[in-house]
Amino acid sequence: MPAAETLVSIILFGPLIGAVVAGLFGRKIGNVPSQAVTTGFLFLSAILSWVVFLQWMGGAIEPFVVTYAPFITVGDFQSHWAFRFDALSAVMLVVVTSVSSLVHLYSWGYMAEDPHKPRFFAYLSLFTFAMLALISAADFMQLFFGWEGVGLASYLLIGFWYKKPTANAAAIKAFVVNRVGDFGFALGIMTVFWAFGTIQFAEIFPAVAANADRAWEFAGHSWRLMDLACALLFVGAMGKSAQFFLHTWLPDAMEGPTPVSALIHAATMVTAGVYMVCLLSPMFEYAPVAKHIVTVVGAVTALFAATVGLTQNDIKRVIAYSTCSQLGYMFFAAGVGAYQAAMFHLFTHAFFKALLFLGAGSVIHGMAHEQDMRRYGALMPYMKWTFAVMTVGTIAITGLGIPFIDLGFAGFYSKDAIIHAAWEAAQAGDSFGYFAFVIGILVAGLTAFYSWRVAFFTFNGHARWTPEDLEHHWHNRDHHDAAHGAHSDHASAAQHETHDEPLAEPADHGHHGHGHGHHDHKPHESPWSMRIPLIVLAVGAIGAGFAFHHQFIGDEKAEFWRGAIYNAPAHHAPAEAVAAGPAHDAAPAAAHAPEAVGAPSHAAQAAAGPAPEHAEEGADTTRRPGSSWPRCWPRCLAC
Amino acid sequence: MGVDGISVLFVLLTAFLMPLCIAASWRSIENRVPEYMIAFLVLETLVIGVFCALDIVLFYVFFEFGLVPMFLIIGIWGGARRVYAAFKFFLYTLLGSVLMLAAILAMIGVAGTSSIPELMAYKFDPNLQTWLWLAFFASFAVKMPMWPVHTWLPDAHVEAPTAGSVILAGILLKMGGYGFMRFSLPMFPNASEMFTPLVFALSVIAVVYTSLVAFRQTDIKKLIAYSSVAHMGFVTMGIFSGNAAGEQGALFQMISHGVISGALFLCVGVVYDRMHTREIAFYGGLVNRMPWYAAVFMLFTMGNVGLPGTSGFVGEILTMTGVYQASTWTAIVAATGVILSAVYALTLYRRVIFGELANPKLAAIEDLDWREWVIFLPLIVSTLYLGVQPNSVFNVTAASVDQLVSVYRAAVGG
Repeated sequence: MPAAETLVSIILFGPLIGAVVAGLFGRKIGNVPSQAVTTGFLFLSAILSWVVFLQWMGGAIEPFVVTYAPFITVGDFQSHWAFRFDALSAVMLVVVTSVSSLVHLYSWGYMAEDPHKPRFFAYLSLFTFAMLALISAADFMQLFFGWEGVGLASYLLIGFWYKKPTANAAAIKAFVVNRVGDFGFALGIMTVFWAFGTIQFAEIFPAVAANADRAWEFAGHSWRLMDLACALLFVGAMGKSAQFFLHTWLPDAMEGPTPVSALIHAATMVTAGVYMVCLLSPMFEYAPVAKHIVTVVGAVTALFAATVGLTQNDIKRVIAYSTCSQLGYMFFAAGVGAYQAAMFHLFTHAFFKALLFLGAGSVIHGMAHEQDMRRYGALMPYMKWTFAVMTVGTIAITGLGIPFIDLGFAGFYSKDAIIHAAWEAAQAGDSFGYFAFVIGILVAGLTAFYSWRVAFFTFNGHARWTPEDLEHHWHNRDHHDAAHGAHSDHASAAQHETHDEPLAEPADHGHHGHGHGHHDHKPHESPWSMRIPLIVLAVGAIGAGFAFHHQFIGDEKAEFWRGAIYNAPAHHAPAEAVAAGPAHDAAPAAAHAPEAVGAPSHAAQAAAGPAPEHAEEGADTTRRPGSSWPRCWPRCLAC
Repeated sequence: MGVDGISVLFVLLTAFLMPLCIAASWRSIENRVPEYMIAFLVLETLVIGVFCALDIVLFYVFFEFGLVPMFLIIGIWGGARRVYAAFKFFLYTLLGSVLMLAAILAMIGVAGTSSIPELMAYKFDPNLQTWLWLAFFASFAVKMPMWPVHTWLPDAHVEAPTAGSVILAGILLKMGGYGFMRFSLPMFPNASEMFTPLVFALSVIAVVYTSLVAFRQTDIKKLIAYSSVAHMGFVTMGIFSGNAAGEQGALFQMISHGVISGALFLCVGVVYDRMHTREIAFYGGLVNRMPWYAAVFMLFTMGNVGLPGTSGFVGEILTMTGVYQASTWTAIVAATGVILSAVYALTLYRRVIFGELANPKLAAIEDLDWREWVIFLPLIVSTLYLGVQPNSVFNVTAASVDQLVSVYRAAVGG
């Protein structure tokens, strides 16, 4: 086995090679070779990432930095192209490469009819490279390079169907809103540079404690240095992670192809903000005001996005708002000092959210690119696999588990840890922690509601689609190429209303199929290339929490993180601080003992538990006559 | 004649862009070809002369004579309103230069020498510095151009042939920035320090205001011309930040802007040669017919936006970093320019390249031919190479810039 330094270099540059080959020579070498080379490199990266990650977990490797070349060297402004390997980047490596490789594979099926496959795969691989550059940065400039690089890839992929005006608009919006965040990020970097005389993380972090309280002139006022720097940097995180005020681009980004939504707008890129805050924990720990901002923004986003998610009808938009909301969880976890829990939720969320998105993509694929859930219903018999994995994803995101024996789906461990951390902060007298705790509990319920709403709306109940609808869609697709992706909600609902009128027995279609010449227009299960990623992710959604919670937030976390995350001792509840041993790696987030977990997880489960019934009720209340709903609704109610 | 770490890059940039410009004129210039080539080569000589001159009179002569071939290029081979644009260009720059001439004569009178190195060592009386600084400022500010004397630039760009625009944006504008670094800062440090707030104010107005103006343009070339003014705003504020990051950033931004905006004008030239219009509304959906062109245009658009990995980023981040130390407000306002540049550049790209191919006249438009590839390839390579290896520039400039900064710092007591 080659040294870890070599492995991480292969992991980093493999996707870039794939992107260049597919992007420049895609038309020469054809579709399948382009897809094969990009997917191949990604799987190579993913396998090596797991190798490195497991080696790390086993304690076989220590943190290291590989320096490739100088980047910008002007006086003290010293930046290098490098690969920083530690616990944080190890976690992100497996998240990014695993999800990305599965999304590559999934796209073989999903994008099968697209005429621009090499370009699509090149963008996906380019994104992966930029994301890896982001997570492996050893200084602020490379971080910024990756930061904007993923922004570029996101822009290119949202606007992938370039003939669609809404997609183009959404792409620009995503880029510009991210730039608004980067405005703060760049100013934060400059503040750090002039305060510390360096932009290298390794040189900044040890100097933070001595400099944190310095007064700093900025924009005509005097600020406490570390609060100012962290608050500015956090603006960048807000943009990238779609937090409140800068969240508007994320729902629009759903204009892009669904695999993109799963990879970029759920599992990886949008978590970059959380990653940044955790990476900069040695700075944030000395910035109490900035941490409060993080807590409040995170909590408000969690609540706000969840409430908006309740009322969306586009399946992808629900999941997009759900992502926003879950990112809010991660942020307030970081805000109360539980960076480990934030990273753990990031890790588990990547699996179940990518699963939900790809599952939604499978439904959309099977329904001829219809995204309006009001046009779904009773799809379970047609897509058993998709139904099964979506159910797993839904259970995982709602955080189902058994509190006292500590056994549950992925979301159970991570979300509980976050709520627990907020509760502990509240116990320690942090009123912001209390605020976050209350919202965390409330949103856990809302999460269950909107997640099950999606599941029931799509797979259960009565069919609210007809073969003619699907035929109509396929027809449109032929004409509009692949550009037909998303209808805007109302337009499509209104358009189909007239279509529904002459149809007699919508419900029966669901059960008997249509043996009269409409074979091609039935909802259908997706091909294996799409099913395999779903199954793999489902395994992750079930087991990621159980398998890794000891390392991330449990007994073994000190050995696991090994200094990558810093928790200032002052922020602990007194009892914890004593028990936690060396200050450097102690976390308030920890679910050390089952009793400690018991109370908050109980509360979370109480909120999440009755969710299915809630979903039904909710659906009932929304079935009002006179709204813009399809007219088959009353009939559905009748039977 | 001589070069140092600051000027050698501009000589290199000139020598790099000129052959590309001549290649770019291969098809678009059809009448008076020999005269056109003469004008270009004379221009090249004069521009290199400006960057190499070690005598201030010589500098002035090259600086002024550079106007003549450019005037002819715009006036003879330009578009419909070429005579108006040529005169506007000429008069604006001449007016500034007259003041500079007066200042040069005064300097020679006071210092008793016209040698630039000796003048740099001479300590002018702070009171006199103020007037000399203002006179030089008048000339260089027009040349840059800084707001509010930038209005000649869009007209000149729109009317100039493609190659003329490339030279104008890529090289002639840099003479202003070069002048600030060569004369204003080292020779009149006290005045420079005194006027720094003025320069910062004008720079951020240039960045924000011209970005907004660019957004409203209907002519592709005009949009890029306004974006040039905005980018030059970064250069001026970087120069007057008075620290290494700002100076290096400003120098780098000039080189990078020379490559990127030159390339963008060439991109416009590609479609102009085919369709003979630069109206944004005429185009749309070009990617359907010209995928490679779309890719090249995307790269340079991203360079213009200042995406990390392209050369445009390095200059912007360093100038802003430099300015942050001198004035946080300036850095904040300038940073909004980074947002605005994304808005106008991506909107332009979307309107020209993306969407359905709506205009039937575009149905037969051809993608890049081999001649255009030959022109674009060096530009693509240098944009990306400078983006990931900016040190290749900084290694050259470091010594000269450090000296410039230390002399300036010593003079102003900072």
